[in-house]
Amino acid sequence: MRVLRREATFSQIDFSQLIVRTIGVVLLALVVIGTISTLLSGRYTAGQWLNFIISGIAQGGIYALIALGYTLVYGVLRLINFAHGEVFMSGAFTAFFLADALNRSGFLDAQPILSLLVIVAFAALVSTSLALAVERIAYRPLRRSPRLVALITAIGTSFFLQYTFRGLFGSNIRVYPDVDILEGTVFGIGRTLIVVFVAAMVMLAALYLFIQRTKTGRAIRAISEDLDTAALMGVNVDRVIATTFALGGALAGVAGVLYALIFHQVNFFMGFIPGVKAFTAAVLGGIGNMPGAALGGLLLGIIESIGPSLILDGLGIPAAHQLKDLIAFTVLVLILIFRPTGILGERLAVKRV
Amino acid sequence: MSSAAKTAIRIGLLGSVAAWHLCLIGMVEAFSRRALVGREVTFGYALLVILAVAIGNLAGRRVSETRQAIAAGAGAGLIVGVALALLSAIISSFSLRTMFVSATPRLVEILTPEAAGGPLLPILAGAICGALGALLSYIPLVWRRVLVYAPLTTVLIGLMREVLVPLMPRDIARFFFTNSGLQVAGALIILVLTGAVVWAGATFQPARRAAGQPGARYTPWQVAQFGIAALLLLTFPLWSSLFLSNVVSFIGLYIIMGLGLNLVVGFAGLLDLGYVGFFAIGAYTMAVLTSPDLQLFQLSFWQALPFALLVALFAGVLLGLPVLRMRGDYLAITTLGFGEIIRLLALSDWLKPYLGGAQGVTRIARPTIGDFVFDTPQEFYYLILIGCLIAWVMAKRIKDSRLGRAWMAIREDEDVAQAMGINRVTAKLTAFALGALLGGLSGSIFAAMVNSVVPTSFGLLISINVVALIIIGGLGSLPGVLIGALVLVGLPELLREFNDYRLLVYGALLVVMMLFRPQGLWPEEAIERELAEAPALAEEQTAPLPAVPTSNTEV
Repeated sequence: MRVLRREATFSQIDFSQLIVRTIGVVLLALVVIGTISTLLSGRYTAGQWLNFIISGIAQGGIYALIALGYTLVYGVLRLINFAHGEVFMSGAFTAFFLADALNRSGFLDAQPILSLLVIVAFAALVSTSLALAVERIAYRPLRRSPRLVALITAIGTSFFLQYTFRGLFGSNIRVYPDVDILEGTVFGIGRTLIVVFVAAMVMLAALYLFIQRTKTGRAIRAISEDLDTAALMGVNVDRVIATTFALGGALAGVAGVLYALIFHQVNFFMGFIPGVKAFTAAVLGGIGNMPGAALGGLLLGIIESIGPSLILDGLGIPAAHQLKDLIAFTVLVLILIFRPTGILGERLAVKRV
Repeated sequence: MSSAAKTAIRIGLLGSVAAWHLCLIGMVEAFSRRALVGREVTFGYALLVILAVAIGNLAGRRVSETRQAIAAGAGAGLIVGVALALLSAIISSFSLRTMFVSATPRLVEILTPEAAGGPLLPILAGAICGALGALLSYIPLVWRRVLVYAPLTTVLIGLMREVLVPLMPRDIARFFFTNSGLQVAGALIILVLTGAVVWAGATFQPARRAAGQPGARYTPWQVAQFGIAALLLLTFPLWSSLFLSNVVSFIGLYIIMGLGLNLVVGFAGLLDLGYVGFFAIGAYTMAVLTSPDLQLFQLSFWQALPFALLVALFAGVLLGLPVLRMRGDYLAITTLGFGEIIRLLALSDWLKPYLGGAQGVTRIARPTIGDFVFDTPQEFYYLILIGCLIAWVMAKRIKDSRLGRAWMAIREDEDVAQAMGINRVTAKLTAFALGALLGGLSGSIFAAMVNSVVPTSFGLLISINVVALIIIGGLGSLPGVLIGALVLVGLPELLREFNDYRLLVYGALLVVMMLFRPQGLWPEEAIERELAEAPALAEEQTAPLPAVPTSNTEV
């Protein structure tokens, strides 16, 4: 009797999973059909595809930088830092005023590289400080409380910061000054995109080395494994967690300026969508896994960039570019159905409370 | 330096940051447009005074000896005042407006009015308020209550001017209110009266009745209270204004949604950030089925309602399926994505022939009973009231049923619940489905009431609103939903100046609630009990709902 009941439960789970997987398979089939029909129709030239991919990679590099912030924090605290998108925004938004001042004084034209470095450093500084403040004020007191409580705090912090920036700097879109040396193309690829991509890769490499080679990096990894044991082994948990937030903040600050270089504009709401996308990227790669976040970011950037043209056009959907965000969210749902662990991750979505 | 001085400086600096924040985000200036008493005392000043009193109180409480504590409070308040005067000086001497849009000459005038002593005003007022705040901790409880509640009530009454004036005879209204706020004499009378009521209430507190126990009989007084409340609710549109009916109707829609989401978040512990999706599905189904715009169907409201509910229910199951095995944060972000997907689909040109695209759908059918057509907000009020009642009874009945207890078991510990024989799949899916059903109900009434749907009415803001209202009311608590909806939906509607700062205040409220009162304003008994017991368990990381360790809550 008991055995029978248990089997019944299992079959029910299988049934629900069956429906889910069927939906997933249908979606995948649509993707394949759309892709094939687009490719057969020859609507876009090879050059256009290349452009899609390149801009996807650049956008993906930015996602990767933000996604690392999520993954780092998730690794140590098992918390989705909802406010991370706002940390990203804060750097880009405040650095606008510096960029604007440099532009007006003529320094930006005289010393473009130095100016860009100063702007990036400033953005990273602001984002880092904000990330540290958020950790200290909102998250540290709640470290031992239930995850729902911490999560709600994170959401609250996110809105608080968003609308604080709106109140401080207004809801207008601010336009970043043009940097002359970033205009033009090399081999048909926009210079901005190349700079963004290279900068993102350098940051990723630097972070990887930091995590793998330094003592603090080892402490971060230790805390990701087991916070309590790490504390017993003499790791200063508070300081290392703060460092983690600072690292994520610095990356997000850099990402903010790179984003502004591509899109030329910032506003108080700019952090929300990239934040959610970067989280998707982190999940795509396997949350808690750093190479995974980088890979997931790049992949998501490319999927988003070519997806509307490649898949949706082929399905005969008009104005496919409107549905760019939809593709990202659908990707998120599909991964969570088929591989909740992400591409490189362990099975965190299901277990490991 | 003595420890009291250190405390004063630390808390004072903290308060200064808060005060600068309030000023620079433009809140003080925006709220100064609303006069409270006479013409000079504005809500903006009330905000700063409340801040200074709170800072003084905070500083005073950290110092043990009375006289030192009051000095510390005054010191902290003084620092806040100096900070404000400094801010005013900075704004008037540098041009900051290209960066800080709220650093206006008007703000300078508010902070340091020439007629009232310039920079001396904030400094003196800060010190006095700070000392008062510190003093609050050292006076008897009764007087503390009087001193806190009476001014707050007066402020509240001043703010509700637009609501109250149409309800009063003209002469009385003229006596109490000016064109924008309270008369000075009226304010004093209200202050004294509320103070007396609070004092009497606190002094002659009756022994607590064992009310609320299952099976306990209701006393005649309770029955009478219930009767009066019911009568007031039923006759509400007759004695209130059109504006107020509209506000209350919106509160009602949020109550239905709140009760629905409470099933999912409060009972089953599944954080759903895409609840607006179901609201949108209900509204759009109603629109598509009834509007002649799209030339698809032309059902009546009542014919379309079951379909709208069914579609929402189905959407709930559909969302529930893929997220069955996800926990906490993954669930939050996936549901958030779901809500956005619905909005983006409604907005897209692709589905425009069916959903109207960016222009939305208009001319949605009004509900009718016989010849009677629900048309005005006053008439819709009754429809929404019935909707609220249905949702309330449903939530109440489910809460103590087998299903409700299964949800709560899953909320506490999913693995243990499953080991106890609870079918996780069915329980979670029913939670999503029933929650979605109520969301759909609210949405379809909303569509019929405003007569049109556009994608912009279904933004993430609504989801956050609903989540915030049930958390602030108290997770899992049904009266909490009412309180939450009144506070978070009702107050902002009455305070139009508040609108720009709505989300800012929600965000801050959520954080503050989670830090200091995670159980909410009107907590559910079980959750409150657990939070009270929790310190014993707090050491263990996996404890279901441990309290916030108080020693760490200082900022």
